[in-house]
Amino acid sequence: MNRKKERRYVAPSTWTRIVRRASRGVPYILLALSSLPILSMYLWLLMSSLSSKVLFGFIPAEFTARNWRFLWEPIQMGAAAHLSVWKATWNTLIFAVSVMLIVVLVATLAGFALSRMQFRGRESIMRLIILLHAFPGITLLIAIFYVLYFLTRATHIKFLDSLWGVALVKASLEIPWSAWIIKGFFDNIPWEVEWSAYIDGCNRFQAWYKVILPQLKPGIAAISIFSFLAGWGEFIYLYTFIFSEQNQTLSLLIKALIGEFRFTDYGLLAAVSLFYIVPVLIFFIFTQKGLMRVTVGGIKGGR
Amino acid sequence: MASIRLERLTKRFGKVVAVNNLSLEVRDGEFIALLGPSGCGKTTTLLMIAGIYRPTEGKIYFDDVLVNDVAPKDRYVGLVFQSYALYPHMRVYDNIAFPLRLAKVPRKEIDRKVHEVAKLTKIEELLDRMPGQLSGGQQQRVALCRALVKEPEILLLDEPLSNLDARLRIETRAEIKRLQRELGITSILVTHDQVEALTMSERVAVMHQGVLQQYGPPDELYDRPRNLFVASFIGDPPMNLIPVEFKETNGKPSLVADGFVLPLGEAWGKVLGQMDQGKFTLGIRPEDVRLSTEKEENALLGEVFLTEPLGGGTLVHFRFGEISFRALASREIKVEVGDKLWIVPDQEKMHLFTSDGLSVREVGRQDAHQG
Repeated sequence: MNRKKERRYVAPSTWTRIVRRASRGVPYILLALSSLPILSMYLWLLMSSLSSKVLFGFIPAEFTARNWRFLWEPIQMGAAAHLSVWKATWNTLIFAVSVMLIVVLVATLAGFALSRMQFRGRESIMRLIILLHAFPGITLLIAIFYVLYFLTRATHIKFLDSLWGVALVKASLEIPWSAWIIKGFFDNIPWEVEWSAYIDGCNRFQAWYKVILPQLKPGIAAISIFSFLAGWGEFIYLYTFIFSEQNQTLSLLIKALIGEFRFTDYGLLAAVSLFYIVPVLIFFIFTQKGLMRVTVGGIKGGR
Repeated sequence: MASIRLERLTKRFGKVVAVNNLSLEVRDGEFIALLGPSGCGKTTTLLMIAGIYRPTEGKIYFDDVLVNDVAPKDRYVGLVFQSYALYPHMRVYDNIAFPLRLAKVPRKEIDRKVHEVAKLTKIEELLDRMPGQLSGGQQQRVALCRALVKEPEILLLDEPLSNLDARLRIETRAEIKRLQRELGITSILVTHDQVEALTMSERVAVMHQGVLQQYGPPDELYDRPRNLFVASFIGDPPMNLIPVEFKETNGKPSLVADGFVLPLGEAWGKVLGQMDQGKFTLGIRPEDVRLSTEKEENALLGEVFLTEPLGGGTLVHFRFGEISFRALASREIKVEVGDKLWIVPDQEKMHLFTSDGLSVREVGRQDAHQG
């Protein structure tokens, strides 16, 4: 034990300290640079929707409200008139809400079955669900077309070129993943809690309504939000299966505006696009609390 | 209050037999325990009594009324689960009030009863909390309140103490016993802890692999275990169980194993001499043994292998070949490793089990019945 004073502690020099402190800013600079393109996209949208002319892509030259005139008058492009933006919004809303309702109804029941019931093939179904979710939806376009076509022929109910027909398709693609989320919430409700409800005097319906449903609320909120947003932002299925202008949603309207031959009114396009985003933002602000719960992990903690 | 009678109750899950041909009676106002290792079917039995599981075979009677087809809500039972199973989205108050609200009890009455039962279990100041904010012991009390508030005829307790720390467990044990006495509710406690079962209940039913092994007061289970399982399960430190052969050695009837020769008293010699088999399992509780430095009759000499001071006494380990033997020495005797001592079992408190695991006393009794 005679190693005394062999090692010495050295305090960092002032210069080292300055370099270290400065280098702490580097990650922020890198992150800011890499997110610049994303930010500039929205900046472009905002600027070009509010001006008749932009310099270098995003510096507004002349402010105008003309691009927003679609709010109070029909969109006229050369000789053709487009669907009114309000009608398209209404269509989008109907579509998104239908998707949401179908998803919530089916996914809740499916989640219950996957979590609570023992049946043959349960494991493989759950594996299949994950696989289904990883499937690129576009590969199914033609097959779905045939299904909708034959359904229409067989039942004389309009599945093609109808909003709720496509909502059915979109919902069916959202259901597996939503059922998976709901299953997780069911898994978190112990059997004993349900049994307690029966012993405390509930019949099956009361046990479901008073004890189980309240604990599923965050999960139902989450899948409602996700499926609504998925419906609101849907494009490819609507583009393929909706033919008449009367049934256009906002995404199809925007596509039509871009697709105008020879000439695209970028100011108008930007304004409509912003208009398309705003409800989503509002919706998100009101529901983000519910969304956060999912990542926190359901009902643990009891609140 | 109600009496309970189970008749040849069987529950199968697929091929697994959880409860096998169980018959049991609980008197009005009695406190009994279902005791056994995990997986022995005791919780399944409880859930059948509560009406959660439907028996595969057999009958359940409450007050001589067949209740097999009565829904849980109409059985007037209160159940406390091991996990407490509180409703996480309700305040403590609402948890307790829940059964009363379902029974459409007037609001004022509910308020009175909730406060009454909360006072009984000393959780009045917690009524506004959410279950997630409570400690395990507090949750346990809330669960008990919820079970008691509807004034059940039968109280079912499924391992209610196993999630509590040791000190709280002892307190709550006394608390539950006091409440049960005061309210006089017929109660069934499910537990794997023999101390819990023996201290709290008037009668204990020991179960193993779905089969009832023995049902009787704690003393009886301790003093006269019917079979090898009960003998090995009840008692702490556990009973010494030694496979032996009954032989004449040195002119005396003795129990013999490798390096182990125990001469028998007259009574045992006579009983075993009449049996038509020679192989037995000898059971002696560590506390039914006296240690002596002098040679004595009907004793065997052993060398101390290990000592464990327990505070109240010393647990002394001996070895005879493969066989290890524990004896409880009183504090007065000083025992050192390597000492040679005479082990004197109290022959009256010795147990012998046949190769089927049945107590020899029991075989004698059955023969008497048949004769």
